Amino acid sequence: MNWALIQENLPRYFHGALLTLELLVISLLIGLILAVPLAILRARTGWASRTIWLYTYVFRGTPMLVQLFLIYYGLAQFDAVRESAAWPLFSSAWFCACLSFILNTTAYTTEIFAGAIRALPQGEMEAARAMGMGPLVMLRRIVLPAALRRALPAYSNEAIFMLHGTSLASMVTLMDLTGVARVFNADNYLPFEAFITAAVFYFALTLCLVGLFNRAEARWLKPMLSP
Amino acid sequence: MILHGFLPALLEGALVTLGLGLSSLLLACLLGLAGALGKLSRSRTARAIAQVYTTLIRGVPDLILLLLIFYGGQLAVNSLSEALGSANDVEIDPWTAGVLTIGFIFGAYMTEVFRGAFLAVPPGQREAGLAFGMSPWLVLRRITLPQMLRHALPGLSNNWLVLIKSTAIVSVIGLSDLMTRGQQAAGTTREPFSFYLAVALIYLMLTSVSEMLFGQLRRRLET
Repeated sequence: MNWALIQENLPRYFHGALLTLELLVISLLIGLILAVPLAILRARTGWASRTIWLYTYVFRGTPMLVQLFLIYYGLAQFDAVRESAAWPLFSSAWFCACLSFILNTTAYTTEIFAGAIRALPQGEMEAARAMGMGPLVMLRRIVLPAALRRALPAYSNEAIFMLHGTSLASMVTLMDLTGVARVFNADNYLPFEAFITAAVFYFALTLCLVGLFNRAEARWLKPMLSP
Repeated sequence: MILHGFLPALLEGALVTLGLGLSSLLLACLLGLAGALGKLSRSRTARAIAQVYTTLIRGVPDLILLLLIFYGGQLAVNSLSEALGSANDVEIDPWTAGVLTIGFIFGAYMTEVFRGAFLAVPPGQREAGLAFGMSPWLVLRRITLPQMLRHALPGLSNNWLVLIKSTAIVSVIGLSDLMTRGQQAAGTTREPFSFYLAVALIYLMLTSVSEMLFGQLRRRLET
């Protein structure tokens, strides 16, 4: 192990970790905001649910790498896109990475939340209806709090998958943790130093995420399950 | 002409993807069985090794592991052959690196699947076999394993669906799978959208058919 060279490159790794975190937080946050209303519609029956099903089916059935390439490299095929006002956005690797990560995580999160809503005990809804709550009040006070809490364990898996998924950003020239490691390896041909250092960073980030979700579960899910 | 005549090349790539996926799944199942037996074993060392394996693998992205095994493995093999006094370099081909990486990663996930499935078999079954005078190995082969596989099926099908999509990253080490063929065709024809869309549809077909087959298998085992 060439420790001196690793140490010399540590600042680059920290920069990469920042970009990884930035991509993760942006996609998870926007994905969460989009997934809640989509899940409410998806949990019902009707054409809206079927349309959302088609979206989640396609995005969950194809690799995220293909989705990323379709947006970043694919859209440039059309003159209409290249000449439009949005071209500065679609020619930016950062924007395309965020967009594809958001679309992907929204699809998974929607299905997780919709499943949790469908699995709610009927008694809770009947009680709310018997109390005279309207549909909106019931959604805000009963359905969403109960379903989102129950979805926490599955959602924490999705968040960890997304953390690892952001490594695909390096495939479209972004200098995230993986991108930094690949350049380090290409410059010095020290694969062990390059990739094990990145692996340690990812491992630490994963542990932080797991800890965060454990605390969230202890605060919001456990009190609800214990009698 | 459909896709400028690149459709056969894409389908060939799909076969490579499918072969890579199935080979990795086989390796993952073997590693998963070993891992599950390790986690449930009485030996503290076996438990510790299995625990470290599953924790480490699930904490690191597959792309990093793939690059580590491909480039690092090459370096290790080279220095090993040098140490043995061999003059010609041994090449790690992308196929081997791909199968090893994907199999190794999903072995960790399959460990959890098989562990849960083993625990779902009532302990009385095993005890009855032992009381009948079967050796522990025979009990595993004739009683626990066959019953465990039924409980493992949902987890196995989930992991297969994730695995087949994960194989797309092997394009980065130059294996000519479906993704690589799509990239080549996109570069030659300058129609990236059409080709990545075609690639996406082929992946969607692979996952849809897999889901259907697993659904049928599940229904058959339930009745």
